[in-house]
Amino acid sequence: MSKQAETPFPPGALEREAEIADTRNRWLLSLPAIVIIVCAAAGPLLVMVVYSFLTPGDYGNVKWEFSLDGWTNTIVQRDIFDDTLIWADAHLSIFWRSFSLSLITTILTLIIGVPTAWFVATQPPGRREFWLFLVTVPFWTNLLVRTIAVQELIRSEGVINLILLKIGIIDAPIQMMFTDFAIGFGMTYVYLPLMVLPVYAAVDKLDFRLVEAAHDLYAGRWTAFRRVILPLIKPGIIAGSILVFVPCLGAYVTPRVLGGGKNLMFGNLIELQFGAGRNWPLGAALSLMLMTAVMVALIFYVRITSREQADG
Amino acid sequence: MTSQTAHAEPSDATDTDTDTAAIAVDVDRVSKIFRGETEVRALDDVSVGIRKNEFFTLLGPSGCGKTTLLRLIAGFEPPTMGAIRLGTRDISRLPPNQRPINTVFQNYALFPHMSVAQNIAFGLEMLGKPKAEVQRTVDEMLHLVRMEELKNRRTSEISGGQQQRVALARALAPHPEVLLLDEPLSALDLKLRKDMQIELKRLQHETGITFIFVTHDQEEALTMSDRVAVMSAGKILQVGRPRDVYERPAERFVANFIGESNFLDATLSGGTVELAAGGRFEVRVPEGVRDGAVSVLVRPEHATVHSGEPGEGEIAATAENVVYSGEATVVHLRLATGEAIKIRLANAPQGGEAPPRTGGAAAIRIAPGAVTVLRD
Repeated sequence: MSKQAETPFPPGALEREAEIADTRNRWLLSLPAIVIIVCAAAGPLLVMVVYSFLTPGDYGNVKWEFSLDGWTNTIVQRDIFDDTLIWADAHLSIFWRSFSLSLITTILTLIIGVPTAWFVATQPPGRREFWLFLVTVPFWTNLLVRTIAVQELIRSEGVINLILLKIGIIDAPIQMMFTDFAIGFGMTYVYLPLMVLPVYAAVDKLDFRLVEAAHDLYAGRWTAFRRVILPLIKPGIIAGSILVFVPCLGAYVTPRVLGGGKNLMFGNLIELQFGAGRNWPLGAALSLMLMTAVMVALIFYVRITSREQADG
Repeated sequence: MTSQTAHAEPSDATDTDTDTAAIAVDVDRVSKIFRGETEVRALDDVSVGIRKNEFFTLLGPSGCGKTTLLRLIAGFEPPTMGAIRLGTRDISRLPPNQRPINTVFQNYALFPHMSVAQNIAFGLEMLGKPKAEVQRTVDEMLHLVRMEELKNRRTSEISGGQQQRVALARALAPHPEVLLLDEPLSALDLKLRKDMQIELKRLQHETGITFIFVTHDQEEALTMSDRVAVMSAGKILQVGRPRDVYERPAERFVANFIGESNFLDATLSGGTVELAAGGRFEVRVPEGVRDGAVSVLVRPEHATVHSGEPGEGEIAATAENVVYSGEATVVHLRLATGEAIKIRLANAPQGGEAPPRTGGAAAIRIAPGAVTVLRD
């Protein structure tokens, strides 16, 4: 504005022109992102929403007839004999298993992951990268391979059973494969890095002088952890919990390999509808249900963290 | 000002006059060695007695070990050798949360997830004080540091000076026996720093708590302290009142670090020095200095200079540079021996005696008692 006197234009004209050009450039620059969002996210989602309100085709696919069955079938089903509506117990137990196993997995990764992240973050800088590398190594390995490695551990002739038999703790192999335990164990292993990394980032950012200040003000180790460390690394813990919980809810490969055909989880149920079940609308409805659940969890998270940020 | 100057030498472990007052913190032959890739001796056989209700300052350049000594007293690190006593109780191995000592950290280290009042209440809560008492003490502290209106603010929402005051209140709230302050004013701008210096003195006076203050700012140390310990390379070189360390520095390092100095060559013989440039002066001879060639200190403001030929007891010199700087004029001179000396003249109103002109002959008069013999 100080240059007003030197320019022949009325005050503000140049700024306005620059603003218009700026807006235009911003739209142009964000075009690729918009295209990707529409093609890769919004578009397929719309297809899912539409399909969930159609009728299943005979050999998969859909018939273009409106139907709410896709949605109602998620939780109720018609009795084969008298056509009354009854709760879809199979589905409900799958929902429950997905939820409870995801929760247990999240808790287990918390118990293992937080101390691990703490350990890595408090290493001297040179060694930290090495430990971090070890934590992320499984990421570079195919999920299926990792899951089969877990299977090698826990199957009846697997490493764990062989050792236990050898040292005589058990007489017969423990059945671990194709149980909920197997799924939980596998998922804990597979998703552990997703807990460790955000918690590590939070601990890494933690100002250890604050911990010293807490000790200086008469806090013992546990109180300092509870009153100072925990509140400060909480964003990392919440982020890690969501990063573990959300993919667990929709996990497909791990429950399939380790849980077998009986112990289905949400992801497997969806897959079943698009495969052998030949009920695409139901599959689409289930997918949208899962997505809604995840969205609710995320909104919850954002509201917690943004409220905390608003507080300071 | 006779025997106040005290030297912390390994031979006489504590300064001589600490026996006269009760000792709050007794640092007894403490060494701290950090073992890493290279061994660092951060503190080397340090002994000092800090008196009750004293404003004691550890002064030295960065890396001299002053912060390490503070951290040892706070309990964040154990001493490698030696003992630290609180009164007569050995606290060397006590964790920080069991010492009645609180710290004001350099960066304040306020808890970002708590309000101003919650920060101040933290120590009291940890001590298990009843709620009503916590509340009352917090209010008292808020009043003491004049922060009542901001008690519910987050610490990120207040200015640096205000954070500083909250850090003080938080450390004072549990009423520790000793308060440690680690360069608490270094992050503040000049004006705020001056205000806080006065504020700190007031707080120390009102609370009657022993303050141990760490700084590298000599002016801060001189204006605030009851006594100052000058540190260098892990050792305490001199302990004394500000006036003593300024006017009677024991070593060249102390003289150089505190204030501006002229170092001149001289010969000592039995309580009298003769400057190489001329002039004889009665001096106090520090321990361990023998007759012969010595180095002496003359502060720039402890001598005067006028133009013309030297009279009785004056030293001839040539003015090389005359710098007017408001309240004083600094004259840079060259002596017959080739030594440089600078003299600071307080400026009188215009019309008073004019300082020598650049390039002109000048005569220096050194005030009696202004010559200090240094241990090298």
